[in-house]
Amino acid sequence: MRQNVLRPGLLVDINDLPLNRVEDLPEGGLRIGALARMSDVAQAAGVVQRFPVISQALLLGASAQLRNMASMGGNLCQRVRCSYFRDATSPCNKRDPGSGCAALDGFNRGHAILGTSDKCIATHPSDVAVALVAMDAVVHTRGPADDRAIPIEEFFLLPGDTPEREHPLEHGELIVAIEVPATPTARLSIYLKFRDRESYEFALVSVAAAVRIQDGAIADVRLALGGVGTKPWRARRAEASLVGKLAGEASFAEAAGQELAAAKPRPLNAFKVELAQRAIIRALMTLTNGDTR
Amino acid sequence: MDGEIAALPAERGPSAQAVTLTINGEPRPLRIEPRVSLLDALREHLGLTGSKKGCDQGTCGACTVWVDGRRALACLTLAVTCEGHEVTTIEGLSAGGELHPMQAAFIDKDAFQCGYCTPGQIMSAVALLDEGHAADDGQIREWMSGNICRCAAYPNIRAAIRAVRDAAGGE
Repeated sequence: MRQNVLRPGLLVDINDLPLNRVEDLPEGGLRIGALARMSDVAQAAGVVQRFPVISQALLLGASAQLRNMASMGGNLCQRVRCSYFRDATSPCNKRDPGSGCAALDGFNRGHAILGTSDKCIATHPSDVAVALVAMDAVVHTRGPADDRAIPIEEFFLLPGDTPEREHPLEHGELIVAIEVPATPTARLSIYLKFRDRESYEFALVSVAAAVRIQDGAIADVRLALGGVGTKPWRARRAEASLVGKLAGEASFAEAAGQELAAAKPRPLNAFKVELAQRAIIRALMTLTNGDTR
Repeated sequence: MDGEIAALPAERGPSAQAVTLTINGEPRPLRIEPRVSLLDALREHLGLTGSKKGCDQGTCGACTVWVDGRRALACLTLAVTCEGHEVTTIEGLSAGGELHPMQAAFIDKDAFQCGYCTPGQIMSAVALLDEGHAADDGQIREWMSGNICRCAAYPNIRAAIRAVRDAAGGE
């Protein structure tokens, strides 16, 4: 709004709605109120103990001040950081549908390599959404007509031909909570984030990972990527490749390669293809007590 | 649907209206538009110019204040949303003309050059100690990263924070 990218005619302050609780669900899941602040969620005992990947992703995002202010529902709905979207003058199909995409042949070092279209290559900026996608979270909404429970992967829309539409919320529909199902695998989980600065910066590549090993083989694995996708990217190809394999650098590298085979890099962000694979390998090596560096 | 909307309170704005904010423990009535940021309300309407406007878009941290005791960015906060909440600014930090220990430490450790970011740095630094996020230099760096210092006085800012932390008996 400060940059005249959005010019709403009416603003409604919802901050006093009673939606700021972080509840532990009986079977081991979480129910996170839409207005719970990032800082409160990051330090909630149930999150720290059972979902370290969510706590870490939150603490690696933004700054202490912003984490005190930003709500979880707002985090999911945050707009992209693409400079052409934000300058309010360049062609941008997201801001001004049909006007074109200045990022395609512009300065696109930070842009997406997965889930792109010829209409938009902006990266989804959230960290915690990446962790929530890995955990199969569900977005609960309330609208004029009814309540909905939207699996989080369906909450984020690929740009396709309609990059202006980023989520399936209808007019008058509000996120009320985010539920995370009980996930024993998440106890061994991590969020790794690689960026140009050590702190207070968006990801070039990030990885949310969780793994459960049984008899040396991978029994369950969750992988999602940030900084590389037009939406928080669940790495299902890599997951499918890993289940049943022996944990180790060879199987991790094979899986990472399969996931990134679909990448469509531009000249300035081609480095992300390799960086993302290395990040996946490091995350899984760290979790399985392999070499971490 | 129309009926529901009609039942909502009347829209506010764009004209100015009466709002009472609680700033540094005192009720401060003022007339502002709903679009006015907390930072502009403090600086332009209440004459509290300690909170600084650097970027005015939530990046630099120069406007850091506390809302209900938690550090927040006044430039990204609409003033009207602070009704019923306690706002603390750098002007509310010292008691009875005595500098707060963090203010004294910033002077003692030469923790600034131009001084423009300093009020925000100090509001963040005091909150940092309250939060328990100053165990070592790495933690101080990470949890102060929302306060940019263009003069790069960071080493001395950390020294000031360490001095107050250690004087208070450590974390």
